[in-house]
Amino acid sequence: MGAAIDVRVQADDFDVGAEIARLHEGRTDVGAVASFVGLCRDEGGTLAALELEHYPGMAEAEIRRVAEEALARWPVLTAITAVHRHGRIPPGGRIVLVAAASAHRTAAFEAAEFLMDFLKTRAPFWKKEHRADGSEGAWVAAKDTDDEKAGRWR
Amino acid sequence: MRLVYFAWVRERIGLAEETVDVPDTVVTAGDLIRWLAGRGDTYAHAFEAAAQIRVAVDQEHVPQDAPLGRPREVALFPPMTGG
Repeated sequence: MGAAIDVRVQADDFDVGAEIARLHEGRTDVGAVASFVGLCRDEGGTLAALELEHYPGMAEAEIRRVAEEALARWPVLTAITAVHRHGRIPPGGRIVLVAAASAHRTAAFEAAEFLMDFLKTRAPFWKKEHRADGSEGAWVAAKDTDDEKAGRWR
Repeated sequence: MRLVYFAWVRERIGLAEETVDVPDTVVTAGDLIRWLAGRGDTYAHAFEAAAQIRVAVDQEHVPQDAPLGRPREVALFPPMTGG
């Protein structure tokens, strides 16, 4: 049975518990699900919200390409789910979920980290800050450390 | 050629998309960036840090030295900050 990839890009929030349950629903061969949830920080109270812009179509396609690479790298994986939100997200709000299911934990942990590292550097999303004091917010700058994290998988 | 812009590239140009007639001298993605930078102040501002600009041809990332071919859509945008 081939591993299932479920990628969604949406404005709506997601239910982490339901997503994880769906990854192993009806199966008894899955021994591990590792997940990561990315949240909006308030940056010490200075941030009112993040506005996430995306490239419709390519955002989904690129996350799917990353997920396919993860499956090729860890063939033991049984399923991958990635959900990324767009639009305005307030502090404390969920931005992204990646989850990987496998027979054993090592592949699930590693794949979840791999998915996030490449999602951050390859999926076409951009964050703009809305400041709490009403002043014009800046576009969040890409971090070299994110490129370094992605680079170590090569 | 249909061009789409995102994030601060879009804001600086003041357009989300446009269709342009590109001269034959534009062969690679980098050539396109340099040609666009010469189209006026807003474009010059958007592409002043040309090396930072990322390019997708028909919704797939390409390096700036890649030939453009005959794409349906070319996207130009800053380094990504999702996740």
